[in-house]
Amino acid sequence: MNKPVLRVQDLAVTFTSFTGGILQRQERQIRAVDGISFELFAGETLGIVGESGCGKSTLSRAILGLLEANRGRVMWMGENLTKLDEESMRQRRKELQIVFQDPVASLNPRMTAGDIIAEPLWTFYPNMDRLQVDERTRGMMKVVGLLPNQINRYPHEFSTGQCQRIGIARSLVLNPRLLICDEPVSALDVSIQAQIINLLKDLQNKLGLALIFVAHDLSVVRHISDRVLVMYMGQAMEVAVKERLYRKPLHPYTNALMKSVPVPDPKLAAEARRDSWLTGDMPSPFKRPKGCIFHDRCPYCVKRCEVDVPALRRMENGDWVACHRAEDLDLSIIMS
Amino acid sequence: MTLLEVTGLEVEFDTPEGVVKAVNKLDFSVDTGETLAIVGESGAGKSQLVMAIMGLLAENGSARGKALFRGEDLMAMKPQELNSIRGNQIAMIFQDPMTSLNPYLSIEKQMAEVVIHHRRLKKDEARAQAIEMLRAVRIPDPEERIKQYPHEYSGGMRQRVMIAMGLLCEPDLLIADEPSTALDVTVQAQITQLVGELREKTSMSIILITHDLAVVAEICDRVIVMYAGEVVESGTAEDIFYSPQHPYTQGLLASVPRLDQVMEDGLHAIPGNPPNLQDLPDGCRFRDRCEKASEQCLEPPPVWESGVGRTSRCVIPMEGGRLQDDVPPADEAEGGEGPAE
Repeated sequence: MNKPVLRVQDLAVTFTSFTGGILQRQERQIRAVDGISFELFAGETLGIVGESGCGKSTLSRAILGLLEANRGRVMWMGENLTKLDEESMRQRRKELQIVFQDPVASLNPRMTAGDIIAEPLWTFYPNMDRLQVDERTRGMMKVVGLLPNQINRYPHEFSTGQCQRIGIARSLVLNPRLLICDEPVSALDVSIQAQIINLLKDLQNKLGLALIFVAHDLSVVRHISDRVLVMYMGQAMEVAVKERLYRKPLHPYTNALMKSVPVPDPKLAAEARRDSWLTGDMPSPFKRPKGCIFHDRCPYCVKRCEVDVPALRRMENGDWVACHRAEDLDLSIIMS
Repeated sequence: MTLLEVTGLEVEFDTPEGVVKAVNKLDFSVDTGETLAIVGESGAGKSQLVMAIMGLLAENGSARGKALFRGEDLMAMKPQELNSIRGNQIAMIFQDPMTSLNPYLSIEKQMAEVVIHHRRLKKDEARAQAIEMLRAVRIPDPEERIKQYPHEYSGGMRQRVMIAMGLLCEPDLLIADEPSTALDVTVQAQITQLVGELREKTSMSIILITHDLAVVAEICDRVIVMYAGEVVESGTAEDIFYSPQHPYTQGLLASVPRLDQVMEDGLHAIPGNPPNLQDLPDGCRFRDRCEKASEQCLEPPPVWESGVGRTSRCVIPMEGGRLQDDVPPADEAEGGEGPAE
């Protein structure tokens, strides 16, 4: 069995917020990411899903060292990234890249597409030959489905879908081994969304990338992931292979998330009067519920859930779940 | 009974780069108690078309055509007349619940304003009605929460407040522009269910503008699909989902990732990008992205029709359809110039 390229162990990120006036300043802690662990293999895609505010973006930034972790380790090829000094971390960034959510805002409007894509090359290889850079940039544009003769155009001359392709080209130009995509398609139209998902899948197959795909949309994640990590209030609720997760979720939160996703079929929609979805909103991060953090919204909550924190434990089939009642609940989803 | 009938609607914007035609000769109608979905991608003109009907176009926009609401033309009305209908008989819910509420005013003030203005209610009566409406959209503890400000509400709750505000005057027509797009799926499901329940309880008509076909499947009776400012296909929800005729509708349906299905060979993607409205291709506007395009598509496509409100704008004949005698009207077509604002 090959070794995982990335091993995240008990990673935690805490933000401090201040309230009150100057004299009665109070500190409050927000546990945005609260002890997340997972492994990722080369060529594998891990989907990270959860509602807004669950900490999925914070987690991806902490893995790349864009945010400082308060606890835990990020082991990349056997090396702990959280302990690296700035310069060594900078060198590692060649291997670790990210694609951001808003394709237009993440591109500098005053740089041409070519300059944007080539910038990482100039940063890491300042002595590289100009022609070589140019060739690599044009090659990269072709790979992501842009026309190389658009190299001198500015971001506003491209559509949002094309801007996201520029973002992907920029992140791939250094030949990274890990690519984190933070909601890469949520700002795009449906017809364009499918193009970008297919592109990412295709690139991953060709380049053997390890991919982390952060999204709130479970149906998008289903199409690109091998395994899925379901997050709620900074904690992992379930980590499972896709086939099983979508057939029979083990955690009531996963189940509720799935039942909330509408299906584009009027008859099925009428049948599935979605009975057990989530009521209420996610609790305030300052008032974390005791016991299981999901218990106050969980339709299957029992006494024990209000007191005992369920650990993320390994099930017989190798998947992970954090629920006391995982064995006795049957949350099968009827799927065609 | 027809509540709203729109004919020959055109919307144009005067921009430094020239005139942009956002909506081109659009016809549709909404019956009492009916939910109509207007579906399309960004730039299809779906939001601008309702803005034009409501007289809310930006300053550089202008609209032509007719929008008969109970027989009266909204487009020909003076602003005062329109003001007595807007918010009263026709309510609108905007896309972004975060920015549509005034952060400086309490929820009470913002909600009461609506009924005080339109119904001339006293302050405490208005407050009582606002509380009742908040309860109807399931805001917990409405007597207390009504005193709070928008920032004290979550995104889903703000959208509920927007819906409650829209419903305060018991409108005959509710226009919802992407009401659940900015929300999480879990909250989205709650909002969709709420709209569905309201629809069953009242005889209110709803126009739902969205790009999300799955939401359409849940609550809509009829659907019109727009592409680059034109209606490419219209029909009942069953027509659109089970026997889509236009290649664009077919492509759109196939490109939606579904939770209940896995496409092993990847998602179907419509190639290319939506056209630039300033530089529209002659003939069929979808031509460049269409798998079935042929020479014929260089000419403007005909409109096929079968039954009431079932149309497809394509050279490919519609099953059981006949050609609509769509003689392009001459420029002196009837319909007065609508007010720009």
